[in-house]
Amino acid sequence: MPDGAAPVLDVKDLKTVFRTRAGDIHAVNSVSFSLKPGELLGVVGESGSGKSVTMMSLLGLLPSPPAEVREGEVLLAGRDLLKATPEGLRKVRGREVGFVFQDPMTSLNPVFTVGFQIMEPLRKHMKMDRRRARARAVELLNLVGIPDAERRLKDFPHQFSGGMRQRVMIAIALACDPKVLIADEPTTALDVTIQAQILELVKELRQRLGMAIIWITHDLGVIAGIADRVLVMYGGQVVEHGPVREVFANPAHPYTRALLQTVPKLREPREAKLKVIEGQPPILGAHPSACPFRARCEFAFDRCHRQNPPRRDIGKGHDTACFWDHRTGAPV
Amino acid sequence: MSADTGEGRRKLVEVTNLKMHFPILGGLLRRQVGSVKAVDGVSFDIYEGETLGVVGESGCGKSTCGRAVLRLYDITEGSIRIDGTEIGRMSQTQLRRLRPKMQMVFQDPQACLNPRMTVAAIIAEPLEEHGRLSGKERLNRVYELMDAVGLNRNFANRYPHAFSGGQRQRIGIARALALNPKFIVCDEPIAALDVSIQAQVVNLLEELQDRFGLTYMFISHDLSMVRHIADRVAVMYLGKIVELAPRDGLYEKPLHPYTEALMSAVPEPDPDIEARVERIILTGDVPSPSNPPEGCNFCTRCPKVMDICHRIDPEFREVAPGRFVACHLHDATQPQSRTRTGQTGATTRSEHIQQGEDA
Repeated sequence: MPDGAAPVLDVKDLKTVFRTRAGDIHAVNSVSFSLKPGELLGVVGESGSGKSVTMMSLLGLLPSPPAEVREGEVLLAGRDLLKATPEGLRKVRGREVGFVFQDPMTSLNPVFTVGFQIMEPLRKHMKMDRRRARARAVELLNLVGIPDAERRLKDFPHQFSGGMRQRVMIAIALACDPKVLIADEPTTALDVTIQAQILELVKELRQRLGMAIIWITHDLGVIAGIADRVLVMYGGQVVEHGPVREVFANPAHPYTRALLQTVPKLREPREAKLKVIEGQPPILGAHPSACPFRARCEFAFDRCHRQNPPRRDIGKGHDTACFWDHRTGAPV
Repeated sequence: MSADTGEGRRKLVEVTNLKMHFPILGGLLRRQVGSVKAVDGVSFDIYEGETLGVVGESGCGKSTCGRAVLRLYDITEGSIRIDGTEIGRMSQTQLRRLRPKMQMVFQDPQACLNPRMTVAAIIAEPLEEHGRLSGKERLNRVYELMDAVGLNRNFANRYPHAFSGGQRQRIGIARALALNPKFIVCDEPIAALDVSIQAQVVNLLEELQDRFGLTYMFISHDLSMVRHIADRVAVMYLGKIVELAPRDGLYEKPLHPYTEALMSAVPEPDPDIEARVERIILTGDVPSPSNPPEGCNFCTRCPKVMDICHRIDPEFREVAPGRFVACHLHDATQPQSRTRTGQTGATTRSEHIQQGEDA
């Protein structure tokens, strides 16, 4: 992928707030990132770190109320999606941006055949007639590796296994040749051997179709295997971002460093005791005025309690939101 | 923590040919038309003070196996001896007296705690059921347990919803510990938790094991976590144990093709390793346990399948000291290990060296 290419998706300062009876929850705080054509951006974080909410905000998929996208810009090929009408957004979803959700059972409609559900976006967005949509649906099922595609179009979701259902979801997301594919924990509900199948499939599809992918997961291993760049989220913010090899080799943010140490490895020497990140993730009751990780951070000093660190560039396309310098081990 | 073959140590749990079949009812009269063979003839021992890890994909019967060992089900066939007592055929009334010895930690900390009971009441419940403590002694014991699992005593009167997932799992662990059990079945205790919280709970379980001399059966689908916590590991596939071996041996050189594929599928959080790893991608899905294939259960997906695998179910047997496997690839190994001691001796020696390093 050429470095200078214009991004297909450019997100700037996105802020999403949930208004609840117990007060506002600031789920996404000034998140910015961009996606270049053909690249795979991995997004990691724990539950509640705001990774899914960020992606749902992009396409207006959050119910409002309670959700409210307060600020920001989401430029898809130069057009701001946050300013689009509901009608306009509907044309984008499924057509220009495909979405694959975590749970393949609940995201397929159980009362329609798989064929109907794959053909739906084709007929709505591409205005295909029934015959052409059918032919395309067979092609798509073959593409995602479902054998005997012609016959399986007539089957209902419950007749497919979990891995096969996720393949169907991917087929639906790919139906209209989207520019961007957003996959929200697509393999989390699957077993490791099935996950390996899906990951192989995605690698292959990327080479063949060359679309840009955002891959949300909490599994650092998956990111290490497939992503070009990685975005680490914590407490509704991007705390670290950079090329995958660079971030894994030289993690800069104390959270990323701790996270990489706390996961036991399968292929490296076994440690007697697991390293632990003490404490709990923060509850985002207010707009952050200090570093969200300060309570669990071993390097926190007084400035971290007073000011929310902005993202600063540390070279090689790598940036981190931290006042502590991992190279000198001292405040910046 | 030694991962030896277990000679000279006491077996706390002995399971022989355990079967748990669930009936499938059908037709107008709800007659039995078939059965789901969730656990289909597994045998294993757990030594006192060790952790046996049980791994496998969803639907392989690992949770059912854990529950059946504690007789939360009426088992179809087989024998279970815990601490010398045969419980396979016992009635639930008789079992009640033995419950204090064997406890369980459940997967979903949200679902296994009664939302209308305070933490103190939840932890005290087993004490009321089985103990003869006065109210005050009971409360003291509850505080003691809360300290042991790292919960703040001041929260004793709060309700489960006020706690995070990791803390709820601690409440579940405190409840399991209340009666000083010897044996605890941990059924996916960390699967519902975040990565940064998983390590906290696993470390807690290890600390408690050292302190109270507990024996665990640790059921999980997370192979890297099992490698961390277990002394020996059993790999299950479609209701059967396909391989059972000491941890280091198993992870270094898996003998069963399924174990090999399972391990190769685990993604490693290191891009350099990821680029090198050669994945064995299994095709297809796990067959239905109500209609397992003829011969070896794994023959439909096995990359090393042979003719014999479609006809004869391989026997689960010891192919090297402490290493059990059910695979025709190792059919020939059996007689060798009996007659040609040279080869076996070499294997044993290398395993002993590993233990030395480990200790």
